[in-house]
Amino acid sequence: MQYMLTIYAAEAGFAKLPKDVADQAMAAYGAYNEALKKAKVHVAGERLRPIATSSTVRVLDGKTKVQDGPYAETKEQLGGFYIIDVANLDEALKWAAKCPGAQHGAIEVRAIWPANEGRGDVKLAYS
Amino acid sequence: MSSSPTAEAAAERVARQSYGKLVAFLAARSRDVASAEDALAEAFAAALQQWPRSGTPDHPEAWLLTVARRKQIDAARRRQTGTLAEPHLHLIAEDLAAAEADVMPIPDQRLALMFACAHPAIDPALRTPLILQTVLGFEAAAIASAFLVSPAAMSQRLVRAKAKIKAAGIPFQIPEPEALPERLDAVLDAIYACFSAGWVDAAGSEPARREHSSEAIWLGQLVAGLLPEEAEALSLLALMQYSESRRAARRDAAGRYVPLSEQDPAAWNGELIVEADALLRRAGSLEGMGRFQLLAAIQAVHAARRVTGRTDWEAIVQLYDALFLLTGSAVVAINRAVAAAETLGPQASLDALDKVAADNQISDYQPYWAARAKVLASCGDPGSSDEAYTLAIGLEADPAVRDFLQRQRQALRN
Repeated sequence: MQYMLTIYAAEAGFAKLPKDVADQAMAAYGAYNEALKKAKVHVAGERLRPIATSSTVRVLDGKTKVQDGPYAETKEQLGGFYIIDVANLDEALKWAAKCPGAQHGAIEVRAIWPANEGRGDVKLAYS
Repeated sequence: MSSSPTAEAAAERVARQSYGKLVAFLAARSRDVASAEDALAEAFAAALQQWPRSGTPDHPEAWLLTVARRKQIDAARRRQTGTLAEPHLHLIAEDLAAAEADVMPIPDQRLALMFACAHPAIDPALRTPLILQTVLGFEAAAIASAFLVSPAAMSQRLVRAKAKIKAAGIPFQIPEPEALPERLDAVLDAIYACFSAGWVDAAGSEPARREHSSEAIWLGQLVAGLLPEEAEALSLLALMQYSESRRAARRDAAGRYVPLSEQDPAAWNGELIVEADALLRRAGSLEGMGRFQLLAAIQAVHAARRVTGRTDWEAIVQLYDALFLLTGSAVVAINRAVAAAETLGPQASLDALDKVAADNQISDYQPYWAARAKVLASCGDPGSSDEAYTLAIGLEADPAVRDFLQRQRQALRN
């Protein structure tokens, strides 16, 4: 099963870190990437630019509205993600716990909805 | 087609013994609990129709499993193609013949199912209801009444939780050793919550509740049997059996509540106590002292009155001390204060209760006020004791206990 791990952490906190500590944190992510690849569970993973660079788009009555900033203002911000392919939720949770972001923020773990799967689950989940 | 009583009885017997085992087996691979339950329900319906005609099969479990699997395949096909399934009766017949010829024991995956239901990704409030439904086949309505929720709300929550097990990929497995203690705690907590849901109704006036206690003991036996090296699993079973041994003694002939200290040990079930003692001894010889072992040990001290004629209150206070260190629970602190009245006297007990009240939000906790009322009476303060009894009475839901507290208060006034 594929899972998306989304990493939420306080952006401001990271910006304030002394250079050597920030370098260490980046190195930790490098090692984590390697571990995911070595275990053959890595599908994708990227770091996102700060939320100040984000734009939010909605189409209302056929008109595109663009808003400066993220979808939701939160204390901790979405800073990056991984997609991993593992056997089950327990495996995914284990990898989430190893993610450096889990030390100072939170990792949300969600199963990816396979494109070939019908809508049966929608009914089940929202009935 | 009407079913004969014997076929119905046979189906019911198999349902009781095998329901959880068959659900667990059918759901383990697909993680689809709802579809396993649906398929099994259809299989039971087919059994009620066919067994009266053709007789109860030699291996009813295998028969039910075969039919249920075929129903699952049909349902999956319907989902994929959107068309009605073709009749598979001849296939079922072939499968049934094969199942009868080659009877393999069905692997017991009930524990794996319980670990899925008590997974940390499942809302803690739903873990016990999920186990009750999937392993024991309880109806949402019966579960709802024990957990004070409307049946509609309960069945909707259960449907969502089962959908989550499948969609989130919660595994059906006994967790790895490093995760086992914490995950096992959740399973044991769920079983204990099930036991407690059946314990409040001492009079047994609500059959659905009382059934919860005996089913909890059954689940406890299952877990202890499957994990015989886990001290907490054995301890929980011992704890439930000690409590169960006193069920009848909690009421006198007139149906009035009898507190533990006034119960006649001759009315306790000695067989259950002997079994519980053995379980607790075995737990004590294993690694891993936990909450259930301490709780069971406290009950063991009470149960020993049956043989020794007295209660070792020093030991009970010490066990509560250890339990408080482990849990920091206000309920434990109140129980310790009550026990301390027997060893250190009422004033020390009252001081301890004051301290618990200062540290916690317990103003609506009935046992606190009942304990306080009793201790205040011993301290020679009938006025304050009367007030505390009145609060305890107002907070008590069980009419028999309420009546007991009213009698205590009346004795104070006379």
